[in-house]
Amino acid sequence: MKQLFGPPRALQERPTHYCPGCTHGIIHRLIAEVIDELGVQEKTIGIAPVGCSVFAYDYFNVDMQQAAHGRAPAVATGIKRVLPDRVVFAYQGDGDLASIGAAEIIHAASRGEKITVIFVNNTLYGMTGGQMAPTTLLTQKTTTSPLGRKEGQHGFPLKITEMLALAAGAAYVARVSVHNPTHIARTRKSILEAFKTQIAGRGFSIVEVLSTCPTNWGLSPLESLKWLEENMIPFYPLGVLKAPGGEGMK
Amino acid sequence: MERVVFDEERCKGCELCTAVCPQKIVHMSDRFNSKGYRVATVTDQEMCTSCTLCARTCPDVVISVYR
Repeated sequence: MKQLFGPPRALQERPTHYCPGCTHGIIHRLIAEVIDELGVQEKTIGIAPVGCSVFAYDYFNVDMQQAAHGRAPAVATGIKRVLPDRVVFAYQGDGDLASIGAAEIIHAASRGEKITVIFVNNTLYGMTGGQMAPTTLLTQKTTTSPLGRKEGQHGFPLKITEMLALAAGAAYVARVSVHNPTHIARTRKSILEAFKTQIAGRGFSIVEVLSTCPTNWGLSPLESLKWLEENMIPFYPLGVLKAPGGEGMK
Repeated sequence: MERVVFDEERCKGCELCTAVCPQKIVHMSDRFNSKGYRVATVTDQEMCTSCTLCARTCPDVVISVYR
């Protein structure tokens, strides 16, 4: 019999430390599948963030560098400028990218750095125990907003991907989700487009992936996917916001 | 030969694969792996259409699919 599906080459065999049902594992695998499909494993360099996915350097079977909190786009910029023939991607969570790393991501997009950023949004700080992040939804309970996020006290959630779509240097900007197999397939396609945008030298590319945190949301993995679909997608609409060739804002 | 192969030591028992199977043949077994997770399995291998949805949904690269 022929193997139809198995582990991608660009992923290490080592099991991940992620909690059961955490969608980081799906997103890691999709990136590795895209690296395999494009045949760029030997020239890909990944940047690991601070957060749950800090150990991404142990999981991808490509060259990896770990960056200080929020600084992955700055490190990716340096690597890409010194080694412009490499495929450089940064992998960041929402606590990393949208909060402490907001300056780095906005200016990397604005400069049109030819890097790809995979932005995993699960609405809170997972690694440190589920604290409120800039992306936390209104009324959502976290360990630092135990009565729910209130706009008057905590401000509104930040749609950073929409902001980045406005940057002239950003070539491919999309928001996708991994809550069911259809959307997992779309996420893979978006990540592929983002990598192709970089390889074609068209500019900055970012894919925001809506993700779950069963542990800190206090839900089972299956309930978490439902919560994502019912609560996150209405506020964070899915779609390609900007693409080379003028598609976008749909 | 089996169509769906589970690398049981990698399974974390999250049950995501059990929800996506169109044939409804992926279920949780009575076995536990060395980490203490109850592992997912397919007993009715003949019913499998090798659609790969379970493998594409698994966060831990547990499942390989053959046809």
